[in-house]
Amino acid sequence: MIEFDRVTVTYPDAPAPVLRNVTLHIDEGEMCLVVGCTGAGKSTLLGAINGLVPHFTGGTLAGEVRVNGRSTRENPPRELADLVGVVGQDPLSGFVTDIVEDELAYTMEQLGIAPAVMRKRVEETLDLLGLAELRRRPLHDLSGGQQQRVAIGSVLTAHPRVLVLDEPTSALDPTAAEEVLAALTRLVHDLGITVVLAEHRLERVVQYADRVIHLAGDGTVADGSPADMFAITSVAPPVVELGRLMEWTPLPLSVRDARRSAGGLRDALADVPAPRRPDSAGEIALRGRGIVVRYGEVLAVRGISCDIRAGEVVALMGRNGSGKSSLLWALQGSGRRQAGSVNVGGDGTTAAADPKQLSPGAARRLVGLVPQTPADLLYLDTVDAELAQADRESQAGRATARQLLDRLAPGIAGETHPRDLSEGQRLALVLAIQLRAEPRVVLLDEPTRGLDYRAKHALITVIDELANRGHAVVIATHDVEFVAAAAERVVVIADGEIVADGATRDVIVASPAFAPQVAKILAPLEYLTVAQVSAALDRQAS
Amino acid sequence: MLLQRDAAADGRSAFRAAQPVARALHPVARALHPVARALHPVAWWAWAIGLAVAISQTDNPLLLLIALAVIGYVVTARRTDAPWARALKYYLFLALSVIVIRVVFRSVFGGAVGGADHVLFRLPQIPLPHWAANVQLGGPVSLETTMNAAADGMRLGVLLCCIGAANALANPRRALRVLPGALYELGVAVIVCMSVAPQLVESGIRVRRARRLRAGHRRGLRGFRTIAVPVVEDAFDRSLRLAAAMDSRGYGRTASTGSANRRLTAGLLLSGMAGLTAGVYGLLDTTTPRLLGMPTLIAGASLCCAGLGVGSRRVTTTRYRPDPWELPEWIVAGSGAVAAAVLLLAAGHHVAALTPSFSPLHWPSLPLLPTLAIVVAAVAGVAAPPPPATEPLAAVGSRIATGAAA
Repeated sequence: MIEFDRVTVTYPDAPAPVLRNVTLHIDEGEMCLVVGCTGAGKSTLLGAINGLVPHFTGGTLAGEVRVNGRSTRENPPRELADLVGVVGQDPLSGFVTDIVEDELAYTMEQLGIAPAVMRKRVEETLDLLGLAELRRRPLHDLSGGQQQRVAIGSVLTAHPRVLVLDEPTSALDPTAAEEVLAALTRLVHDLGITVVLAEHRLERVVQYADRVIHLAGDGTVADGSPADMFAITSVAPPVVELGRLMEWTPLPLSVRDARRSAGGLRDALADVPAPRRPDSAGEIALRGRGIVVRYGEVLAVRGISCDIRAGEVVALMGRNGSGKSSLLWALQGSGRRQAGSVNVGGDGTTAAADPKQLSPGAARRLVGLVPQTPADLLYLDTVDAELAQADRESQAGRATARQLLDRLAPGIAGETHPRDLSEGQRLALVLAIQLRAEPRVVLLDEPTRGLDYRAKHALITVIDELANRGHAVVIATHDVEFVAAAAERVVVIADGEIVADGATRDVIVASPAFAPQVAKILAPLEYLTVAQVSAALDRQAS
Repeated sequence: MLLQRDAAADGRSAFRAAQPVARALHPVARALHPVARALHPVAWWAWAIGLAVAISQTDNPLLLLIALAVIGYVVTARRTDAPWARALKYYLFLALSVIVIRVVFRSVFGGAVGGADHVLFRLPQIPLPHWAANVQLGGPVSLETTMNAAADGMRLGVLLCCIGAANALANPRRALRVLPGALYELGVAVIVCMSVAPQLVESGIRVRRARRLRAGHRRGLRGFRTIAVPVVEDAFDRSLRLAAAMDSRGYGRTASTGSANRRLTAGLLLSGMAGLTAGVYGLLDTTTPRLLGMPTLIAGASLCCAGLGVGSRRVTTTRYRPDPWELPEWIVAGSGAVAAAVLLLAAGHHVAALTPSFSPLHWPSLPLLPTLAIVVAAVAGVAAPPPPATEPLAAVGSRIATGAAA
């Protein structure tokens, strides 16, 4: 169905080609997973399938890509629209119309399909993806999972033979991601559509893949069955990592397979007490009482009270729109807060203060916030200029912003434009700017979006270090595996209220949606991460 | 007890007796209570333009007030709860300011006041040099000139309200969908603008709020820069992603037409535009030969139509669920056309009644036929089917308010 014939892609000004001499053959009806680190060329590979690379992005493509016999050399993306459907990470930015039904029809209108056929296909697609009740709703009002399903539906109505998805679930909470992936597997099984999918959160998709394409990062590509490929890939989900650690063969790809292999491990670990994080929490760093945030008619936060201790890492979880971001902004003092109080500090030398009543400069020395889109904080031309500005903004503090950045992400050239940084580097830059003021409390809003496993590990190290130095850290996130590795306390929010608050193991192990893979494999043992298992085995051996 | 049962029996028999009547009236009832649907946007625009043409023929304040009442009735009867349906209010404010500006200007540059005029007050008069002898600055302001100015301003104001009514009643997106194929790209550009504008506002609010996190808050031009740079970069990224999405969804697939077709289209459209311009000039300037008026206008319009027709052939897109054009559309558009036709014909006969002068001061009369014609336009409020209940769009507003927090 899809053929890559000695494809080499080089972008202008790039020292080396992104893809080098790639030859691939993807059969009809396969669910194909593309894995690799950030910057390894996943998006380039996906874009080359329908000709967006190089017709839209620029660069040169040597060799040939053919889809169903049609070469992207002669056919620009629009001429392949009847054959290849493309869905991006942020569905909202790809919508052309404003109503669900019109969006589903848009591609067909472009293809000149007869109105009667269009009407029928729209109805079929509404049913297939469970969107029938939403047909007349404005696209902006839908939840993330619904929007992503509309985006998939809007390319499906053209009856493409190939569906290309670039990180379709990255921005979604676990339940919405399930919703989208269930729809996708149904398409593969019932309609025989070829699906090519890239995803950072491999734990969500590995079990559905028929085939894995691995980008090593040097432009070379290898492909094969998931079990073969995951033995060597540079990134792997926790289930695979556990399998690699225990040298299980065949390598398990789903929790079900791993549980079957894990009987011996469970027995071995049964009498080893699961490692607990040392209780590092100090005095209360932030005290929130009865916080209410309201936008017009919508009540986003309904009277939440919480205490955050110094040296504590707290994960804030909950579905999209449950009030996580609103709470973080209210705690920082820059966002709205209609009622309640926030007090930070009061450690003897300084009196407790409400950041909302302080100047922005004073507030950020108490509470630092890294927003969901870190780029919002950047407005200068070079990394150096941003760092110098951060030094000017924060009178206090010992380390300069540059030193902080080098500790977080070494080797970022000073003259780089902040827009040209990778997602992880940009996060590090903004984090360095915010940490420059040495805030007592650090709030991170969805920091793992767009980070691969390696970048997440680096972030976890940074967070641990912050906590050890006595900062309190609050992270709003959907990423269950990240929470399992990084946080010692989890607060779950639903509908603007706290529904659970406790130690990570107590809160997320008990929840079917939130439990990390290792916990599912080793239940009823209370292990959360592969690192914990590895440490326990080492202790047992010595 | 007995009495009650009798009453109930009476009610039942009365109901039975009424049933054949109800059945006979059913088609009428259905015509009076049609299935809720959106009227074709072109019908609303035709109605509003017809009414505007009618109004342009008169500055009789009584007629204009009746026209305003008609507009108000139709809009309140048939508008949806979509955001654009609140447009009329802003046009009313605009109309009011037009009247005020008109009156103020006429008072300041008043001109001569006749002996019989009722002087309201005197502005200090500024003597002007002899070469500006025709202009008078300040001086006495009479009731008559004020009334004339107000009537004149009112005509322009009610004209604006006609446009406002069309904006409030017709869904702008659906209106753009009926553009001829040759203008398809233009329609898409407008639609994209309409969805990008709220996103720009949203990202502006988000970045402004984020600025406080860095405490580097500055005012003036440099402060503006710190907000504008991320917003513009964000908008740029967004448009690139949208362009990529549209490209991969088949936007811009064109049927193979040669360069001959393109040249023909361009030639027809250009000569048509020239004809239209010359025709309008000829119509407005009475000193030009008659041939330059209506005939040139018609020739120009038909050339433009031909150009659009030829140009549309290269676009091969189809329309999903196009709006139907049925009896209600004919009635609505027709009621506007009737008003326009009657007023245009009456303009020659009822000069005094249609454009009354207020010096000497008198109560304007109400000419029967033009009044009836304008009232006929109110039929649109009954003939148009009621609009379908739309989904609440308030959430969009709240999303803008919450910014990234949602």
